[in-house]
Amino acid sequence: MKILTTPRMERCIGCHSCSLACARLVHKNLSWDTAGIRIASSGGLSTGFEARTCVACDPAPCVRACPTGAYSQRKGGGVVVRKNLCIRCGECARACPVDAIYLDATTEPFVCIHCGRCVPFCPHDCLEMKDVPGSGAVTTEGGAA
Amino acid sequence: MIREKFRILTLDLSSGHGSIVTMDGRDAVAGGSGLASVLFTRYGHPEKPWNDPDQPLIFAIGPLTGYFPLMSKTVCAFKSPYHDQYTESHAGGRSALALRFADLDALVVLGKATRPSCVIVGSRHLEVKEVPYLWGKDVFESGKMLRDVFKGEGHRSILRIGPAGENGSAMAGINADSYRHFGRLGGGAVMGTKNLKAIGIKGDATFQLPDSKDYPRIFQDVYTKLTDTDMMSKYHDIGTPINMAILNETKMLPIRNLQRTSDPGISNITGEKFADLALLRNAACAGCPVGCIHIGFERERFQKEHRYIYRQVSYDHEPIFAVGSMLSIEDCFSVLAIIDMAEKMGLDVMSAGVALAWATEATEKGIISEKETVVRLSFGDTEGYKEAMVHLGRGTNEFYRLMAQGTLKAAEHYGGKDYACVLGQEMAGYATGEVYFTSQALGFRHSHLDSAGYSYDQKETSKDASKAVDFLIKDEQGRVLLTSMVACLFARGVYTDQLLAACLRAVGYDFLAENLGPVSRNIQQIRWKNRLATGFVPEKVTIPKRFYEITTVKGPMDSVFLSGLVAEYAKAIRNLVQ
Repeated sequence: MKILTTPRMERCIGCHSCSLACARLVHKNLSWDTAGIRIASSGGLSTGFEARTCVACDPAPCVRACPTGAYSQRKGGGVVVRKNLCIRCGECARACPVDAIYLDATTEPFVCIHCGRCVPFCPHDCLEMKDVPGSGAVTTEGGAA
Repeated sequence: MIREKFRILTLDLSSGHGSIVTMDGRDAVAGGSGLASVLFTRYGHPEKPWNDPDQPLIFAIGPLTGYFPLMSKTVCAFKSPYHDQYTESHAGGRSALALRFADLDALVVLGKATRPSCVIVGSRHLEVKEVPYLWGKDVFESGKMLRDVFKGEGHRSILRIGPAGENGSAMAGINADSYRHFGRLGGGAVMGTKNLKAIGIKGDATFQLPDSKDYPRIFQDVYTKLTDTDMMSKYHDIGTPINMAILNETKMLPIRNLQRTSDPGISNITGEKFADLALLRNAACAGCPVGCIHIGFERERFQKEHRYIYRQVSYDHEPIFAVGSMLSIEDCFSVLAIIDMAEKMGLDVMSAGVALAWATEATEKGIISEKETVVRLSFGDTEGYKEAMVHLGRGTNEFYRLMAQGTLKAAEHYGGKDYACVLGQEMAGYATGEVYFTSQALGFRHSHLDSAGYSYDQKETSKDASKAVDFLIKDEQGRVLLTSMVACLFARGVYTDQLLAACLRAVGYDFLAENLGPVSRNIQQIRWKNRLATGFVPEKVTIPKRFYEITTVKGPMDSVFLSGLVAEYAKAIRNLVQ
C-alpha cells in the first residue's frame, strides 16, 4: 500500500498544479480547494509554502469522529470515504490534526485518497508516493504512519 | 465558470456598495483586454481626468483563466496619470485564479472612499474596510499587516500600493502578491486617488469541469508542451535576464542612460551571474508550472558588529537593465538593493530607474544639482540611488514630484529633453533599433510586450517601413488575443491560434474558437478607439534625439528610416479604427 508524502516541500513554487490536478482528475472540478492536497503560503510568500494533505494517520482521528461510518480506515494509513453515508456534519475536518480535510460551502468533505495522480504535475518533484512497510496490519500506536 | 455572459462586480467606494452585473459580449471580445476595453467604454469618462472619482479601475480575466496552464494573468485597465489616456497594465501572481474562483470575470472599482480603505471580495464576500493606519506605510510593512486583514493564505491575492501610489505618482505600480506587479503607467496612483490601499481577492468557489471528452486530453497536451519540452526553458532556467549578455553582445543593451549599447562592465549583472550568485529560489504564478519568478537575496549590515538583515527581491531583465546597466551599477547585489527600495516605495522599477538615469546625466551636464536631487546622483553610486528612490516614491520636493509624473515632464521644465529615454513612457530594456523604438513609442501600452519589434530588429535586415509596420500591427493582433484569454505572453510560442481554438472548443466556447481572427481584430480596434478617444494623437509622437544617436551591431541608427516608421505606424493606427 502506498501513501502520498510531501518530502520536498522546500522546493514548492506555489503553482498549485497539484491541487488543480487533484480537483480536475479525482473530483472532476475546477478548484484549488476541493482537492486532497492544498497549498498555502506559510506566513507570506517570502517564507515558502506548505501542503495541507492527509498524513495517513493510522488509526485516523477523522474515522473515529465520523458519526455515520462514512469514514473508514485505509490499510497503510489514511481513510476511505463513502460520500453516500456522509451527512455533511463536518466533524471529520474538525478532528483532523493537520487541517487536511476541506469542507466546501455545503460541508462536503474532500480528503486525499492517496492515489498519487497529483504527483506527476509537480514541476519540482516535491511529492512522492511511498510504500508503507507492513501496511497490511493496522498499527496500534497511532499517529502518522 | 464557463458561461456566455460576463459576470462582473462593480463596486462603488463612495457608498461601499457593489452590484453584480451580467453583460453580453463574450463572442465579440472574449475577456481580458477585450472585456476591459468594453468595460471602459461603459464605465469610463474619456473627457474627465484620470483622477476623477467616476473613473473606473478595471481588473479582468479571460475565458481560459484557470482552465489551462499559464492562463494566469490579469489585465488592469484605467485612465493613466502618465498621459491621461486609456491604458492597460498586466500582472501575474495569484489575482487571475483568485478572480476566477471569486466567480468574477471582472472587478470594476468606481468612486472614492472617504477614508483610506481596502476592499475584500470573494465568491460569497464583499467588504470595504477602513484602514487609515496603513496610509503612508510602505509596500512591505503594509503587506505584513494586510495578511491579517485578508484571510486565506495561498488562495487569496493581495494587490497593494505604497507611498508612490498614495502620492499620485505616474510611476506608481500596484504590487501583486509581493513579487509581481501591474507596474507601468501609474495604476498605483489610480488606487491612491480612490483612497484604496489594497484589494484582497478570495478565490473560494468551485466549478464543475466542462462536460467534454477533449478537455482532459488537451489540458494534458498543453501541460506536457510547457513542462516536458524546451519551449519554456528560457524562463525556467536563467529567466528573462538571459537577455542582458545577449543584448550587450549585439550592442543593443541600454547602458548609462543610453550613452552606450555595450560595455564589458555589465559582466557582473548578467542573468548567468545573478543565477550563480544571487538567486535564492523560484516562485510561480498560480496555475503556472513554469515558475519563472526569480527571487534573489540581498543582505544589509545594520550594525558594526556582524548583524544583518536580508531581503528577498524578485528580478527580471527589465528591472536589471533599468537600475543596473542604465545607472552603471555593476554588481548584482547592488542592483537588487536598488530594486528593493523601488519596490518598497511602490514604484515601477523600470520607469524609476530610467528616470534616475536621465537625472544623473542632467546632473553631469549641470542642468540640475543637489538642490533638486537632494542626494548627489552619479552613475555607479548605489547608495545615492537607493536614497533617490525614497525621494521619488515619497515625492519629497518639487523636482521629484515633477519627475514622478514622467521624465519628459521634468525635462520640459529643467531641460535635457534630447537625452530623456522616453518612448511613450520610460524605455524598456531593448536598444535593438528603429522598429523597436517605433513600436514602444506608438504601441498601445508603450510596452516591449505590445509587439515583437525588438525581435524584428534583430532578425530583419531590410529597411521597408510598410513591411515593418505591417508586422507590428499583425503581431499586436496576435498578442491581444492572448491577453484576452488571459495567457501569459511567455507562452506565446505554445499557444498558437490552433491550440487556442482547441482549448476554447474543449471548454465550450465554440464561436470564439471559430472566429479568432475577427474577434482579435475587434478587440484591437476597441482598445485603440478608447486610446484615441482619451486623447492619443499618434501623429504627434516624437522620439528623443538620444535614440537616433545609438549604434548597434547593425550599425548607426537610420534617422530617415526611423522617422518613416513613426509616420507609417501612426497612419496604420488611424486605419485600424476606421
